[in-house]
Amino acid sequence: MNERKPLGQQKPMETATTNRSNRGATKPAKLSREVQARLGQQLRAMYDEVVNEGVPDRFNDLVNRIDGGNKDRQ
Amino acid sequence: MDESVRKAVLAAVPSLRAFAISLCGNVDRADDLVQETLLRALANIDSFQPGTNMSAWLFTILRNHFRSEYRKRRREVEDSDGHYAESLKSQPEQIGQVEFGEFREALAQLPADQREALVLVGASGFSYEEAASICECAVGTIKSRVNRARTRLAELMGIESAEEFGPDQQTRAVMASGE
Repeated sequence: MNERKPLGQQKPMETATTNRSNRGATKPAKLSREVQARLGQQLRAMYDEVVNEGVPDRFNDLVNRIDGGNKDRQ
Repeated sequence: MDESVRKAVLAAVPSLRAFAISLCGNVDRADDLVQETLLRALANIDSFQPGTNMSAWLFTILRNHFRSEYRKRRREVEDSDGHYAESLKSQPEQIGQVEFGEFREALAQLPADQREALVLVGASGFSYEEAASICECAVGTIKSRVNRARTRLAELMGIESAEEFGPDQQTRAVMASGE
């Protein structure tokens, strides 16, 4: 397995002097825009999966109950 | 409660849930967290300033509540991030589909501060300034956490270029790690 130092102990990324003695340490010092974009897409897709579930009944009920809503509310 | 306030609170719930899940890695606990957040928020609705961002206000309450709970629980569970990762593994289907399995696992391995910053900026749609306000830290701190989170994620997933993303990325990642 790779034994990399935790990132926090490394130099800032833009100094392309990342330790290359580690096997497989050929990663670019800085992520390309495409990689950042794709990571962002995955993150949002995962997040939106939950968002798309909408408001569960329990929270609708909770807010309306606290609101003292006797009115006809969705 | 003002109708517009009530609507704004409810409108924030889906995103609050998604954020809560990303914080604690467990749907049931996340929903409890959202419930407690709503109770606190509605009990203190007078301290919400109309015209400001309701979503950011609720996120701040949720995060603070999670943090105080988290500190309490840390006494019981020493390795909290490890615990988070474990809780993800034990119930993957509860959180979502397997298609995000690899990504989710990588996300779970990030330090909590980095994960939270990345989610707020990259998924919840907050600006760096808003995220900094929610996390009660400097804007520069948020930026550096987001950068470190991205770099670490790419590293954990074995991604060097965009081509490595794809339908068979899990297979590729396995192969890459076995090289």
